Amino acid sequence: MAHALRPSEKTLAEAGAAPEYGTVGQLDPRLRIVMAGVFGIVTVALTTLPAMAAALAMAVGLMALSKLPPGPTLRRMAMMDGFILFMLVMLPFTVPGDAIFSLWGLTASWQGLRQATEIALTANAVILALMVLVGTLEPVTLGHALHRLHCPERLVHLLMFTIRYIEVLRHEYLRLRAAMKVRGFRPGTNWHTYRSFGYLVGMMLVRAIERSERILSAMRCRGFSGRFPLLGDFALTARDRRVAVVFCGLCTALLGVDLAWP
Amino acid sequence: MHIVDGALSNPVVIGGAVAAAGGIALGLKTLDLDRIPTAGVLSASFFVASLIHVPIGPSSVHLILNGLAGLLLGWAAFPALFVGLLLQAVFFGFGGLTVLGVNTLNIALPAVLAWLLFGRLIGRGTPVQGAVWGGLGGAFAIAGTTAMVAAALALSGEGFLPAAKLVFFAHIPVMAIEAVLTGFAVLLARKVKPELFVRGIAA
Repeated sequence: MAHALRPSEKTLAEAGAAPEYGTVGQLDPRLRIVMAGVFGIVTVALTTLPAMAAALAMAVGLMALSKLPPGPTLRRMAMMDGFILFMLVMLPFTVPGDAIFSLWGLTASWQGLRQATEIALTANAVILALMVLVGTLEPVTLGHALHRLHCPERLVHLLMFTIRYIEVLRHEYLRLRAAMKVRGFRPGTNWHTYRSFGYLVGMMLVRAIERSERILSAMRCRGFSGRFPLLGDFALTARDRRVAVVFCGLCTALLGVDLAWP
Repeated sequence: MHIVDGALSNPVVIGGAVAAAGGIALGLKTLDLDRIPTAGVLSASFFVASLIHVPIGPSSVHLILNGLAGLLLGWAAFPALFVGLLLQAVFFGFGGLTVLGVNTLNIALPAVLAWLLFGRLIGRGTPVQGAVWGGLGGAFAIAGTTAMVAAALALSGEGFLPAAKLVFFAHIPVMAIEAVLTGFAVLLARKVKPELFVRGIAA
């Protein structure tokens, strides 16, 4: 996953640092999470190629509404494709059916190609919608919105802690790596590398646990009782409701296309 | 190791989601207020550890370290790894939404099993003995995860079977690397902070 992140990039956005995200950015965070969930379930339920293509088009449409830079966003989406490419390429050869062509004694089938296309369309549509609708939230807002959607409180606490400390720990990791580098460490395929990385991970964990002990004392000192002092409240506006209705209409249309297609 | 949306059949997706929800609920039960900061910081650590690329021959693999997460967190590994997967999907576009349950189960269940099997052994004996058990736990967890990914694919369609087998065998070097790294991480922790595994935060 490191290739998803240039060293200068932040892992997660900081509170208050989020830029404006057009129409999508003005929607209630809770609504965005629910929309992403509904879209995911509807898209996975689709069985015909035109409906799946329409779902992907809808996700791209959402991206346009969110004013996310299309280049980097689509590149992130494509990175996942690199991950699954191998499986998709294999499918035509492993699913039995009518032959398209033969390669080294292996026969590619139309049925397999179809299945691979279906997976590629669905996976990309869902992940793009998720990144556009929920990925544009500030991470902390995501936690608050999940809390308002009645996620278990402890799970939300855990999420908030993770969000808070990912960037802190990544800095610690980069510092340790820099310390290794100035001592002449060059990773390679050898025992020394694996031992050093093992110690690196061990050191990170020991430090993380000691850090968490300090965090706990600091929280106790301030009388933390396990309740969230939530900043601000979410409210559905008339505009949110209109968007929700249109969105549900489009999802129903997707299912309609799916049913109507022979 | 991430499965994407649309690849699995509905029964597998729903079954995975239900089982993962059960595991997360069990894990959350073990997390009282005092242990939430520890679990949260460890969850963040494992997220960062998954950014580390370890060279292997001409290529490189990224770490999962779910075995180590299980050994340290016990059942709490379920919610901790779920949070990591959720953040990866939402902010990085890795994995998928409807398959979050299956992905959580595939990664967290072997982690918890590794803890049940090897958890007690790590705190005993010399640090080196503990490290060997830790290494075995690390290899076991990755082997379990790979087998579960393969099983989820195989249950969803015959066509995936060859890919599933290939995924399993391609991950054997990864198992070895994770075993060595987990072993050395345990070794260091046993030497630097011996009470960590003896007392155990996973208890």
